[in-house]
Amino acid sequence: MSTDTAHAEHHGAPSGLSRWLFTTNHKDIGTLYLWFSFTMLLIGGSMAMVIRLELFEPGLQWVDPNFFNTMTTMHGLIMVFGAIMPAFVGLANWLIPMMIGAPDMALPRMNNWSFWILPFAGIMLVSTLFMEGGGPNFGWTFYAPLSTTYGPPSTDFFIFAVHMLGFSSIMGSINIIATVLNMRAPGMTLMKMPMFVWTWLITAFLLIAVMPVLAGAVTMMLTDRNFGTSFFDASGGGDPVLFQHVFWFFGHPEVYIMILPAFGIISHIIPTFARKKLFGYSSMVYATASIAFLSFIVWAHHMMTVGMPVAGELFFMYATVLIAVPTGVKVFNWVATMWKGSMTFETPMQWALAFVILFTIGGFSGLMLGVAPIDFQYHDTYFVVAHFHYVLVTGALFSIIAAVYFWLPKWTGHMYSRSLANWHFWMSMIFVNLTFFPQHFLGLAGMPRRIPDYNVAFADFNQWSSIGAFGFGLAQLLFLVLVIKCIKGGEKATSQVWESAEGLEWTVDSPAPYHTFATAPEIK
Amino acid sequence: MSNASGGYYLPEPSKWPVIGSIGLFLTLFGFASALPHGEGAVGDLTMMYIGMAVLIFMLFGWFGQVIRESESGAYDAQVDRSFRMGMMWFIFSEIMFFAAFFGALFYVRTLALPWLGGADNNAATNEFLWNGFQPNWPLNAMPDPESFSQYKETIGAWGIPALNTAILLTSGITVTLAHWALKKANRGALVFWLLATVVLGFVFVGFQATEYVHAYTELNLKLSSGIYGSTFFMLTGFHGLHVTIGAIMLTVMLFRAMKGHFTADNHFAFEAAAWYWHFVDVVWLGLFIFVYWL
Amino acid sequence: MSVSKLKKGVFGLAGTALLMTSSHALADKVLNMRQGVTEVSKDIYSLHMIVLWICVIIGIGVFGAMIYSMIKHRKSQGAVAATFHENHKLEILWTVIPFVVLIGLAIPATKSLLHLEDTSDADLTVKVTGYQWKWNYEYIDGPAQGVNFFSNLNSTHNEVRQLDSGKNPVEIDNYLLDVDNRLVLPVGKKVRFLVTSNDVIHSWWVPDFAVKKDAIPGYINEIWARADEEGTYRGQCAELCGKDHGFMPIVVDVVSEDEYTKWTSAQKAAAAAEAAAAASTRDWSKAELMARGEKVYNTNCAACHQANGEGLGPFPALKGSAIATGPAAGHIGIVLNGKNAMPPFAAQMNDLDLAAVITYERNAWGNDAGIVQPKDVKAAR
Ligand code: HEA
Ligand code: HEA
Ligand code: CUA
Ligand SMILES: [Cu+2]
Repeated sequence: MSTDTAHAEHHGAPSGLSRWLFTTNHKDIGTLYLWFSFTMLLIGGSMAMVIRLELFEPGLQWVDPNFFNTMTTMHGLIMVFGAIMPAFVGLANWLIPMMIGAPDMALPRMNNWSFWILPFAGIMLVSTLFMEGGGPNFGWTFYAPLSTTYGPPSTDFFIFAVHMLGFSSIMGSINIIATVLNMRAPGMTLMKMPMFVWTWLITAFLLIAVMPVLAGAVTMMLTDRNFGTSFFDASGGGDPVLFQHVFWFFGHPEVYIMILPAFGIISHIIPTFARKKLFGYSSMVYATASIAFLSFIVWAHHMMTVGMPVAGELFFMYATVLIAVPTGVKVFNWVATMWKGSMTFETPMQWALAFVILFTIGGFSGLMLGVAPIDFQYHDTYFVVAHFHYVLVTGALFSIIAAVYFWLPKWTGHMYSRSLANWHFWMSMIFVNLTFFPQHFLGLAGMPRRIPDYNVAFADFNQWSSIGAFGFGLAQLLFLVLVIKCIKGGEKATSQVWESAEGLEWTVDSPAPYHTFATAPEIK
Repeated sequence: MSNASGGYYLPEPSKWPVIGSIGLFLTLFGFASALPHGEGAVGDLTMMYIGMAVLIFMLFGWFGQVIRESESGAYDAQVDRSFRMGMMWFIFSEIMFFAAFFGALFYVRTLALPWLGGADNNAATNEFLWNGFQPNWPLNAMPDPESFSQYKETIGAWGIPALNTAILLTSGITVTLAHWALKKANRGALVFWLLATVVLGFVFVGFQATEYVHAYTELNLKLSSGIYGSTFFMLTGFHGLHVTIGAIMLTVMLFRAMKGHFTADNHFAFEAAAWYWHFVDVVWLGLFIFVYWL
Repeated sequence: MSVSKLKKGVFGLAGTALLMTSSHALADKVLNMRQGVTEVSKDIYSLHMIVLWICVIIGIGVFGAMIYSMIKHRKSQGAVAATFHENHKLEILWTVIPFVVLIGLAIPATKSLLHLEDTSDADLTVKVTGYQWKWNYEYIDGPAQGVNFFSNLNSTHNEVRQLDSGKNPVEIDNYLLDVDNRLVLPVGKKVRFLVTSNDVIHSWWVPDFAVKKDAIPGYINEIWARADEEGTYRGQCAELCGKDHGFMPIVVDVVSEDEYTKWTSAQKAAAAAEAAAAASTRDWSKAELMARGEKVYNTNCAACHQANGEGLGPFPALKGSAIATGPAAGHIGIVLNGKNAMPPFAAQMNDLDLAAVITYERNAWGNDAGIVQPKDVKAAR
């Protein structure tokens, strides 16, 4: 993920720390985002290891309940805001300008700021762990009044960390929209854009629409905590459930923010290794847009048990299950792309195929959750945890890993070790299912989420899950080794890299020069 | 539309963003430490002031550089378009920020309060928890009035708020007149109308400040006056903040106009400030209708 | 982490890994949602099975096609890529079919939902209030009207579940799913629950009834259940409510009408005796107060201040503390009105229990600060 070896003719990369601090180059910034994300994955993953360690057997062995809650909360927050979202922004930075034939992002200086807010927000967030009373312990959904009246003193720092993350995302998204709409090479009409660009365009729109709402939610928390307002306090005329509405108005689109770019990535990889054009390009675009639209009107499916009027429950149920239709279109299109193709199974393809199957499983459990009456049983159990790890880990995270394997040779100029990659894939594949599949059973058997200790009847599946988690965690260290080795050296990659890769990014050298497309290419 | 013809201006590496991040971090960390819960935290108000100073330094430095680049003609039409899109989507994000608070207001008025009063599936809520509670708006008899400051009176729509509406709408016209003058390259008129806009803007802010003082000192209407006070001050407060920011932006434009910046066909910065001004104007109309009037 | 902890952990890992393969652990594993004992829970179960099968069938179709293609259409098999990349008929078909399937699903789901949200015509109403971290039950009408009690995690379980308790949960029946006072309901009666909370959001969940309703402070949610079989049904709080969210179980005894009436009169008699005791203005002896106080302490205070009075993390020690050994008035004030994370107990306990627990705190663990009488508490209210 480094462009150290890249020496473009015009002017190459400046060197030293200031290169990274002050850079306005989309590739450098993409690299920064990706490394930041990987670091956060390790930190958030280590917290998951604490969770799984404590849940390895019944009884409390390692951490006290409050710290356990803190781990769950920080794990969720760090994974969502630190690992997954920045990784996609990093990929967008690296790839979008190259894919649309632009010299850089539309607003390069602001691009730098979008990134450099993140580490500071991360420090603010993680610093809460060391404050008196401990870090946030109210779940990544920080429901009031647990996070307001009853929150630890560090909650105000958490609030400002969320504000900073919001600034970063909004600026990043503005940049992506401006880039996509304004910087395409002549001839690249919207309906000729690569799918990754399309999905990101729509994702960026979602982000700009919902991040400010999250900012509003935490601002109301801040004033409820410190300035005597009563937004979430019934005794002053407010409502704790109002918090949940505002949060999930952000939160549900947020989960699609974490999956739409993944759909884009998969739509690049499958055609490449099936050696066949993407099936149903335009329906892919429309499906993405439909999913985005629907994502705004389903938020209360997270709140089926809060006591909404039944008309509301019905509406949100119908809207929720409807999302299966456009998502189904995507899945069917991928399968149809493979159909009668000429497939090979290079590493990116392995991950993409795993994605299609496992994401769909996660989607199925999502559909089950979407059926309101049954959600009364599933809600807040490990069934939900299983659902969202299938869509987030084997969905979002797998797609990110697939993307790295797909474009890594383009970034570094080297091929990576196929055998290490195989180890990484198969270990991940086996262990991730061992981790999260049994959680479906735990949930159905009645194990609530966010508990540090449980009844003995849940012991076996928890053990499997923990063993799976440790294995999956170790496998990710292989990935780290593989990437570093690939940066250091390896077989030279061609410009094309993959036999039938299509798109502008494959027309430039590997590694991609520091500046690409100073003059716009012509699109047929 | 897309002509990345090689002329797109790509800035050199810049130190301003990182400085901005440091400023932002110090400001927020200091502020959080200074809050009631922050005792024992490493930061304090001094940290916040330093942070704010850094932020202001950054804004001057960054915008200064952009202005220099712009005046030197580095930006072509495509760069201009990027800026326009950036500003438009930024304003959209601001609209969504206000939407959260408007949403809270509507939710409370149409759902939460009637529920506390026993509507829909909440008969038991009223019977067991808040017996006798009446969901009036503006709400002064909160479900539990003892923990909140009850106000003597609310601020009616037809006093200063109506005047402020007139002021803000007028300022919307004057800023458009300034824009027309600029397009006709009539600098005198531009400066005149812009000055008028800025003055109107600050008069508005002044009136709002007086109202706040009046509310706090005489009406006992506070942030802590239950959900009415909460929504009232949150919405008008953030709006007031945005008017202040907009007025500062216009002031900068005024100085630039006096220095001879902007041409009839190249004046994005002016337009951005004007858009922003229209945005705060429209938000105010929403406030006037839903917060003061209805 | 200390070395001893690490060692314990390593042995624990090895030991349990062995355990896993033993038949003991594999016994009675639950794989599916339970059917429960109410009409609603059975409805929900069958809906669950319908959706599950829909997913399985679609899954077999999709994954089947995919795997077939992965086997047949691979380059190593000499497959040459076709060139089609659109087929409008097909695309319409696979948009419409799922849509129709979903409508088919929505119809029974709507029926179930309307049924389970219909709390009208209940035979009995019970108010359920969540507290950090226990439940309060109050019978609003019926023969038990006025019966009102708290339900805490069983105290043995509470000891076992402490960090480093050194006790093995495997030896405990219904570990973490047992309480001191159970909710008792008559069989075959439609019971309406009024669910609310005193502090943060909790969620009252009994899987066998398919009842899960959030307890929202300041609002009351309604839900109902009609249990068709007698028995003991266990559940847990299902909404993160702070430190001991995992430790506030729910146990419901569904009993025959007869037993219910018996239980009711026993409860009423006990309550009357208790009220009489609390109302008496006599002075209590230290021994009496200490014995009562210890019980009250262990159910209400030990979760934070610990059984040994030494506190934990942010929760202050009482042993030797300025408050527990200083003037009684300050101590009474804090217990009555709360402070920061400490909840006010004024509304939760009568004067006698408060006097007892305060006395206990002032005289246990080597503290020696004199006794507090119910009348002192009464005066301080
Ligand atoms: C990437 C993230 C992601 C994605 C993509 C999804 C996708 C979906 N999610 Fe999920 N969800 C989360 C992340 C995500 N979710 C998270 C993080 C939570 C928990 C938050 C918390 O509480 O902490 C959650 C929780 C959650 C709940 C709340 C559960 C509860 O707390 O009680 C619900 C309920 O409706 C739900 C539903 C759905 C649905 C219907 C989809 C659909 O989009 C899925 C659609 C896909 C398919 C259905 C598969 C493919 C389709 C076909 C093959 C076509 C044919 C199929 C049929 C007709 C069946 N999700
Ligand atoms: C967004 C993405 C995301 C990702 C990628 C993950 C990844 C993982 N998550 Fe989770 N998770 C969430 C999002 C995510 N999670 C969210 C939103 C919640 C809800 C929080 C809440 O309830 O508020 C949650 C909650 C959650 C729970 C429930 C906690 C509870 O309810 O109390 C559990 C329990 O098993 C869990 C486990 C895991 C595991 C084992 C991984 C693994 O995939 C992680 C693997 C990665 C590593 C392990 C890092 C790399 C390796 C090392 C650093 C070396 C050290 C390794 C070893 C010692 C083996 N997660
Ligand atoms: Cu009470 Cu969770
Ligand atoms: Cu959702």
